[in-house]
Amino acid sequence: MGNLIQYIFAGLTMGVIYALTGMGFNLIYNATGVINFAQGEFVMLGAMFLYTFQEVLHLSPLVALLLVILIGGGVGIIFEYAVVKPLLRLGIITVIIGTIGASVVIKGIAMLIWGKNAQGVRPLISEKPIAFLGAALNTQVLVVLAVTALAVLILGYFFSFTILGRAIQACAINPLAARLTGIPVGRMITLSFILSGGLSALAGGLIAPITLAEYDMGTMLALKGFCAAIIGGLGNNPGAFIGGLLLGIMEGLSAGYLSSGYKDALAFLVLILVLFWKPEGIISHGKGERV
Amino acid sequence: MKRDYLLLFVMALIAFVLPLVLPGDYYVEVFLFAGINVLVALGLSLLMGYAGQISLGHAGFYGLGAYISGALTAHLGWPVLPAALIAIMTTALVAALVGWPTLRLKGHYLAMATLGLGIILYIIFIQARGVTGGASGLSGIHPVHLGRWYLDTPRRYCYLVWTVVVLAFLFSINLVRSRTGLALRALHYSEVAASTLGIDVARYKLKVFVFSCILAAMGGILYAHYITFISPETFGFMYSVDLVVMIVLGGMHSLWGALLGGVFFSLLPEVLHRLEDLEVVVHGLILLLVLIFLPGGLVGIIEKVAEKIHGNP
Repeated sequence: MGNLIQYIFAGLTMGVIYALTGMGFNLIYNATGVINFAQGEFVMLGAMFLYTFQEVLHLSPLVALLLVILIGGGVGIIFEYAVVKPLLRLGIITVIIGTIGASVVIKGIAMLIWGKNAQGVRPLISEKPIAFLGAALNTQVLVVLAVTALAVLILGYFFSFTILGRAIQACAINPLAARLTGIPVGRMITLSFILSGGLSALAGGLIAPITLAEYDMGTMLALKGFCAAIIGGLGNNPGAFIGGLLLGIMEGLSAGYLSSGYKDALAFLVLILVLFWKPEGIISHGKGERV
Repeated sequence: MKRDYLLLFVMALIAFVLPLVLPGDYYVEVFLFAGINVLVALGLSLLMGYAGQISLGHAGFYGLGAYISGALTAHLGWPVLPAALIAIMTTALVAALVGWPTLRLKGHYLAMATLGLGIILYIIFIQARGVTGGASGLSGIHPVHLGRWYLDTPRRYCYLVWTVVVLAFLFSINLVRSRTGLALRALHYSEVAASTLGIDVARYKLKVFVFSCILAAMGGILYAHYITFISPETFGFMYSVDLVVMIVLGGMHSLWGALLGGVFFSLLPEVLHRLEDLEVVVHGLILLLVLIFLPGGLVGIIEKVAEKIHGNP
């Protein structure tokens, strides 16, 4: 029983990180149609900056986390203006290749700044694990779950009930119609990049105390985040959230009961199977875009 | 199109003369590895330029060819030719299994699926110690020989590699001119129009993808049987990115971009010497800068220069 709880919580923790990353993917995908291969680097930057603020500059953990979110938003803007905007007129495939290049450059620069070694970051509350139904839980696990729940609630409110959030939704559904109703589409796209960068950086900042902060942590997280987005249907944010949780729990259980060496292969298997059977995502009622 | 055959002839001529005039084995070997890069890049260039899809797992397919063919000769003592054939067929099968579900969909799902597959294959190369030798690598791969005549000098092997490259180009030029190529070009203008004309979009894309993976596997096989020792790092994600850099550098819209990009990229380490850790950043920067400032790549520049000389054709 203790083991099962342990695996499920470990899975949930990674799951919400995948969920946040997946929603980051969706925001940029909905705004531009681009699959952003540098999404994982946004997460990595979040983790690295948290390390710098908290362990090098000794800021209070909460302030550090807030700064990380802001920096993530800034990275989002820079990314839009430096990479996506100049390439968008050349077609989506060119932009995607551009994001691959950007990803390599960001990763390389991070390696030059922070070095190749994984950096430890202290958890937000305390380092002592707490006992829960026979399992020993890292307090950071609870922090991750609580903060993510809060972020998702705020985001849900923002998209469903505020004018700004609904304007972004409108641009995602039909940019031309949105423009005709007077929505400044360009600014909404920039806002999407800010939100995407901020969310991903938050994910990185939350996970750093658990997985350590390392310059090359991004690629794997991006792949899992993308997998979460696909499970939920690309572009569908509640879907990405559920997809992330599902993927995380599956991973946690398979690492516990099957093999941890091949744990990373699971996400890929799920990705292929979902694309095969239900490319529109498991919770969507709409039709997938088949050729 | 006549021009393509002329260029092919020129390329074959250069590939024949160069190993004879290059000073010393070192440069012949650089040219040999350039040939392998060109071969793998050619496949990816067909996929990117004609099917409009990206693969970020070509290093994995390259590795799959190398490991299967290498392991069959090293462990089971198979002759090289059947081992290579099995390696090619297995790679094609894996490619079809991944390509079939993802290429039916509109958009760029293949890129992510192949990124994932590349990483998984890399994990397998490291984890399946019994077959691959794990992180310390697979040794004892048989060299290529015809009867008693061994292709064990750089010059001899160079001719083998570039013969394969020339044949691959010949096949690709024909592929581009065939129904498949015409259908794919139609897709570029309008997928809807193409599918109303009865073009089975997904099938043509799958065909090109599988063919490009076969070329990657052939590159891996040529690499493995020359080096006779392989280890996982060669087949990591970075090589997949490097291939994309080659194609963008050479020019995505033309098959000849793979040739120029592949050769040029292979010469980069000679020019930049050892950048060590910076190398990765430089490759990424080349990719971004070429995309933004020279979207036509090297082929684009040459075309522009030729236009200036000839006047507008």
